Amino acid sequence: MSWTPAEPMVSLKDVHKSFGTLKVLNGVSLDVMKGDVICIIGPSGSGKSTLIRCVNALNDIQQGSILVEGQEVNDPNLDKLELRKKVGMVFQQYNLFPHKTALQNVMMAPVRVLKQDKAKAEATARALLKKVRLEGKEGAYPGELSGGQQQRVAIARSLAMQPDVMLFDEVTAALDPETVGEVLQTIKDLAEEGMTCILVTHEMAFAREVADHIYFTDRGIIVEHGPPETFFKNAQDPRTREFLSQIL
Amino acid sequence: MSYKTDLPVMKPFKPREPEPLLGFRPWHIVVIALLVFFGPSLAFAQAGVPLLTPFAVLLDWVPLLLQGFIFNLAISFLAMALGTALGTLLGLGQISLSRATRGVSWFLTQFFRNAPWLVLLFFAMFLLPFEINLLGVSIPFPDWFKAILGLSLPVMANVSEIVRGAVRSLPSGQWEAAESLAYSRRQTLWLIILPQCVKRMLPPWMNLYSILTMATVLASIVGVSEVMTLTGQALAAEGGRPELLAPFYGFVLLLFFAYCYPIARFTVRLERKFAVIN
Repeated sequence: MSWTPAEPMVSLKDVHKSFGTLKVLNGVSLDVMKGDVICIIGPSGSGKSTLIRCVNALNDIQQGSILVEGQEVNDPNLDKLELRKKVGMVFQQYNLFPHKTALQNVMMAPVRVLKQDKAKAEATARALLKKVRLEGKEGAYPGELSGGQQQRVAIARSLAMQPDVMLFDEVTAALDPETVGEVLQTIKDLAEEGMTCILVTHEMAFAREVADHIYFTDRGIIVEHGPPETFFKNAQDPRTREFLSQIL
Repeated sequence: MSYKTDLPVMKPFKPREPEPLLGFRPWHIVVIALLVFFGPSLAFAQAGVPLLTPFAVLLDWVPLLLQGFIFNLAISFLAMALGTALGTLLGLGQISLSRATRGVSWFLTQFFRNAPWLVLLFFAMFLLPFEINLLGVSIPFPDWFKAILGLSLPVMANVSEIVRGAVRSLPSGQWEAAESLAYSRRQTLWLIILPQCVKRMLPPWMNLYSILTMATVLASIVGVSEVMTLTGQALAAEGGRPELLAPFYGFVLLLFFAYCYPIARFTVRLERKFAVIN
């Protein structure tokens, strides 16, 4: 693969996706450069989550092109496992493995999938749990942790695979208000370290603070996009304005 | 603050006593058992017949009947083991990505799940040869072995459904999380999905075992020397005295009850425990 960091790390061109007769994405194009943090916002059912789930091939697309580091995702011969080693994902419902401890959740994929040495993987996992401020919770099972703590374990679990891009699918939507902050802080730390992040979020203040670029989607298309300052202060499209007036 | 009221909603919650079995209390069962055992004997004692009391006759036969019962248990263990192994494979076949594998597994499961156990047993008994020749070596197929095969078929089909149901009952997020971490499908199944399913499968699996144990007596119809066959033979040897029927068959019933009831109680406890956890 002849991808260079001068090209977009993730590049979507005219992506179409439908579930049966329901069209969810109607020609979406966007580019994400290495180190960029982009936020996708928009009303429910506008295709935001579907959009990022297509990037790591959890959903397939019917038409268009998705390149991740130059590799075409919309390809029947795609090696999905190779793609997913490069793309980490965090879900709204955390989806931790309930029969494994926090530490096991984090170190299992590196050991089983990347065939890392167990001792090394454990050391990395402990460091990651410390990084998401969960030192001392290594032996806890997901059921014993709060939503915010579980979500931070989920972030550590994704980071343990050393991905190049991280996808965040409304990761604070299921959380109690008092634990939202700790998760957002963790993501902010990541963004400041230069991790390429694609976020679907309803946290406008957060998006404004961390995003390099904001995309507003409605009914399967990108209605408007721009850097946070212009986007929030000077939205052009009436749909964007209406959405922002409801939220802010 | 305390209120005095007759309104049920205002009264503190009190858990109901566990539902007694079919309205029976444990002591009822003891009384019935005693009546079954001693009733006929008493009647005969009063009639002044110079024979051993039925209870004494039964005592003589108890060792043999217990042997037969242990044979029933052996059949149940082996049929369960075989059925579980085959059923797990079939259940995994039902969630296979290959349409053909899924279809065949689904058909086998539904076919054997909706077949009377006795018919399957007859099939195994009379369609399998009594021995097979493999490379010049003849391997005998004794009746008890054919009974195990016959009984393992419905077990297989039911286990297949238990496996499929347990896998389906897990939230799809577990699959997605595993996929997004680049686990292969096989790894996802064996490391993440199935370990979580074991807990969910245990209660219905034990239920099935109970049912299978009680069904092992069907093997008597096809001539396997298990407890029912032996009971019949013992009664015949005693000259078919009608007053022996109740104690003998009552004894067999008690054996099965003593074995299966604790399993049922344990299953209920497990179910409750898992309901709390989930």
